[in-house]
Amino acid sequence: MSGLAILIPVALLMGLSGLVFFFWAIRNNQFDDLDGAAQRVLIDEEDEPS
Amino acid sequence: MNAIAPIGDGQSQLIVSRFAVPAIRCAGCISKIENGLIDVPGIASSRVNFSTKQVAISHLPELADDQLRREIEALGFEAQILGENPLSEDKGSTDKLIRALAVAGFGMMNIMLLSVSVWSGAAGVTRDLFHWLSALIAVPVIAYSGRPFFASAAMALRYGRTNMDVPISIGILLATGLSLYETATGGAHAYFDGAVMLLFFLLAGRVLDGMMRDRAREGIGALLKQTAPGAMVLDDDDKTRWVAAKDLLPEMRMMVAAGESLAADGVIISGSSSFDCSLMTGESEPQPRGKGDIALAGTLNLSSPVIVQVTATGEDTSVSDIARLMDEAGQHRSFYVRVADRAARYYAPAVHSLALLAFAYWMFAGAGWHQSLLIAVAVLIITCPCALGLAVPAAQVVASGALLRKGVMVKDGSALERLADVDYALFDKTGTLTLGRPTPVNLDDLSLIQKQITLALAQASRHPISKGIRSGLLALDIEPAVLDGIQELPGEGMTANWDGVKVMLGKPEKSEDHLSSQLTVGSESVVLQLQDEIRPDASEAIAKLQALGLPASIISGDNIRSVSLVSRALDIPAQAGASPQDKVEAITRLTTSGHKVLMVGDGLNDGPALAAAHVSIAPGSASDVGQQAADAVFTSESLMPVALSIKVARRTMQIVHQNFALAIGYNVIAVPLALTGMVTPLIAAIAMSLSSLIVVGNALRLNGAAS
Repeated sequence: MSGLAILIPVALLMGLSGLVFFFWAIRNNQFDDLDGAAQRVLIDEEDEPS
Repeated sequence: MNAIAPIGDGQSQLIVSRFAVPAIRCAGCISKIENGLIDVPGIASSRVNFSTKQVAISHLPELADDQLRREIEALGFEAQILGENPLSEDKGSTDKLIRALAVAGFGMMNIMLLSVSVWSGAAGVTRDLFHWLSALIAVPVIAYSGRPFFASAAMALRYGRTNMDVPISIGILLATGLSLYETATGGAHAYFDGAVMLLFFLLAGRVLDGMMRDRAREGIGALLKQTAPGAMVLDDDDKTRWVAAKDLLPEMRMMVAAGESLAADGVIISGSSSFDCSLMTGESEPQPRGKGDIALAGTLNLSSPVIVQVTATGEDTSVSDIARLMDEAGQHRSFYVRVADRAARYYAPAVHSLALLAFAYWMFAGAGWHQSLLIAVAVLIITCPCALGLAVPAAQVVASGALLRKGVMVKDGSALERLADVDYALFDKTGTLTLGRPTPVNLDDLSLIQKQITLALAQASRHPISKGIRSGLLALDIEPAVLDGIQELPGEGMTANWDGVKVMLGKPEKSEDHLSSQLTVGSESVVLQLQDEIRPDASEAIAKLQALGLPASIISGDNIRSVSLVSRALDIPAQAGASPQDKVEAITRLTTSGHKVLMVGDGLNDGPALAAAHVSIAPGSASDVGQQAADAVFTSESLMPVALSIKVARRTMQIVHQNFALAIGYNVIAVPLALTGMVTPLIAAIAMSLSSLIVVGNALRLNGAAS
């Protein structure tokens, strides 16, 4: 019973944090350009002149 | 467009403008555009959206959209100014549904976790604690995720109607209320799990439906070309400024450069040029217009700059007249009710009365109000139209996804339903059966040097024939000759000097066909023949349609000679010289004689016909109006997608019918069990979910239907 008192809140909090993160991602337009993100990896950033 | 975003210091405001840049293909294009634009003074930042092929630029208000477009074009990409996308008005609704789905999913999993412990034998205080915890999660989740259903049910009830959402809402609310009562009184069963699971599956259906609509809208939004977002206006003090189309007023003087289209109707007060009126008439031959002639909004100025005095703007232009005609023609189609809703009209009242009857019967039989209510809830949940609700959208989403990979964008689910039952196909000619761009057929008659001169001359003109000659020559890897003094004579052609010899590319002296051009070098001359080529596999596609039981015919606004050429080549009947009204009438005639007509067309003049037909398809090269009026758009050069989409639509309807049979079969077995009180609400919820999964699984079979 005492184990439940810890485990249940932990499980709920983990689920909730996942949910919050998902909402954050939607709000910040993380899903707007899925193909673009895949392409942008390939862009060669020019080196800063040192 | 032009959403105002304040920046930190609050002194100047940045404006965000959007452009469609269809040629973005790779990572290199992204960096080329973004890095190139950042060097332009006045541009704060730019961001390429690769998925939608759009560029969003935030810039100072001093920079006009037209200047920005030229900057993008200077980087080597064709760009179009994107107005406020008329199709994206309720883009946010799917986002809301996805959030509700996420919340319901979270709630469902946690409550299930607690429920499993209760089923496996938790008793006494632990069970009560778990029930209270479930209630704590379920009530806010239902309040949040249930809103789409509650709102829609409330709306229906307010107008004295009933829809699918009414039994769903009642079922969920009753189950929740009953569970709360059980929890408070320390009862053995609570049904929060059932209620939330129900919500989750229902929302999944709605999200699928919404995603399909958004995807099609975005695809079409990226193709949308604004015909004329505005014009350069010449003020009284002879200064020019850019005025957006909606701010143009009669009496203003517009400067229209060659290659621009008109933003308003007007009278030419200076200069003369030829105009491409194909948008209005479907006639591919350019019309010469001079001082005093009327030029209509949407027509393209081909050869030389003119000044046009505005006579009518916005709502009053001829283009808008056609739009209105289209609106009226489209009205009667909105009466079409989607299959699921049609089913729901009979289904929803049946479910209510069944549940009510069950409740009354068990009360009468002396089961007590608690037991009776439980049975009524089980009936409501088990008959919940989840499988029924998923039957249509799941099949449609999978089918439209499969079609999208083949280059066909279907705008909404009802289009697939309507595509499945057409039995007659009407085609426009120019741009639909043909590619809509003339290509030269006898380039071999020219010597190499003649080809080079022709290319140099053709490059300098916007005339559709010149464009056709140019692309034909460029395909042969010809280098243009060096010419000087290139001039365009309106209605005549291009002239220039080549090593002191006068050269000319223009109208043939004995003009027997408007699709020809004559090259004159000094005293020699050669006639170039052009053809508006029929789409590569048009006859196969039409044969395929015939095999599917759709006889085809042509209805075109073009002249009888060019129509009969195509008609003979494809061996189908044709009607030439048809006005937009004639086309609508032809469709009405066919409809009243019992046909369901598929219209395939592209031009503005096809708009009303596209809207009046039972269902319509437009090629990706179509005018804005054509694309908006059509139910589906195909982007390939081939005409095959038309036949393919009919095939897929029919397959989709087969799957939909199977799904209905599955859903109804499930109800036939489950409802009597629930009515006799053999099913608890929990088992009802599990059975309901299983039937939904089977329906979705069946829909996934459509994935291969488009191959």
